[in-house]
Amino acid sequence: MWQALSRLYYKLGSPKWFYEISGRWMPWFLIIGSVLMVLGIVWGLAFAPADYLQGNSFRIIYIHVPAAMLSQSAYIIMAVAGLVGLVWKMKMSFIVAKVIAPIGASVAIIALVTGAIWGKPTWGTYWVWDARLTSMLILMFLYFGVIAIHNAIESEEMANKAAAVLAIVGSINIPIIKYSVEWWNTLHQPATITLTNKPTMVPEMFIPLVLTIIGFYCWFGFWVFARTRNEILLREHRTNWVKKLLISKVTANDSIVGDPETNNRAGE
Amino acid sequence: MFFDSFSSFIQMGNHGIYVWLCYGFFAAIVAANFISPMITRHKVIKDLERQMRREQK
Repeated sequence: MWQALSRLYYKLGSPKWFYEISGRWMPWFLIIGSVLMVLGIVWGLAFAPADYLQGNSFRIIYIHVPAAMLSQSAYIIMAVAGLVGLVWKMKMSFIVAKVIAPIGASVAIIALVTGAIWGKPTWGTYWVWDARLTSMLILMFLYFGVIAIHNAIESEEMANKAAAVLAIVGSINIPIIKYSVEWWNTLHQPATITLTNKPTMVPEMFIPLVLTIIGFYCWFGFWVFARTRNEILLREHRTNWVKKLLISKVTANDSIVGDPETNNRAGE
Repeated sequence: MFFDSFSSFIQMGNHGIYVWLCYGFFAAIVAANFISPMITRHKVIKDLERQMRREQK
């Protein structure tokens, strides 16, 4: 058991291994994620019944809830990756923590903007300074803080440590977001889906939401892999395996999202 | 299909503007998340290849 775990630890810490395995997994994350998202969104937009209270504006839920959930999960992953980096000095872990920040920020912005637009027909206002909305805004600024640290501090080691500390300290915000709708009076409705209770929505509304949630998480995995691979190439460009990879790229194509480099070459 | 015509699907009972605005914004951010690492990858590989060629000379 321990041996298997430590072997996994060393593999995870190896940029070469991460680069190879992520290259193999990325197409699956992209395909499964895209199929689920298209299914869920088409179902949610065109086939799910309208809400008896909110009418058709409730269809925003199929992007709002996945974005809100993912923005918090991504933050937790970023904080844990930062912690692992600090405690075990794992380089790969810091890379993952770094690349999650801009993705997480963009997802938090989706949650905030779709929530604001949804608020207008439902609450009569785009924004209120209540606990749920304010804590989500803070989450977005925490992501911005991590990005700013990486841009501002030139020493990579220092930036990684400072960003990890900010991410870990800021994770106190996650339970605040989660319980804000229970602890304080708010316009925001309580959670629609919980792991313990039966869904309060009918299946025709609920299933597409599950599809878009899973699909969005798959896309997130794809984005994290894509950005992490770029960072690996940059940092490891002196190693033999990256050099070999660059040479072989001239003849073969290892990228799955269509590699513009080899396409250009074919046209030359 | 919940809606009886394409125009009622677009209108969504006067909520169309909110729904489509949300999905449009979502699509833009998602597209950016897909395209941005692709551009970076292109640039990184090009730079590294140029650097390698320079070192070989």
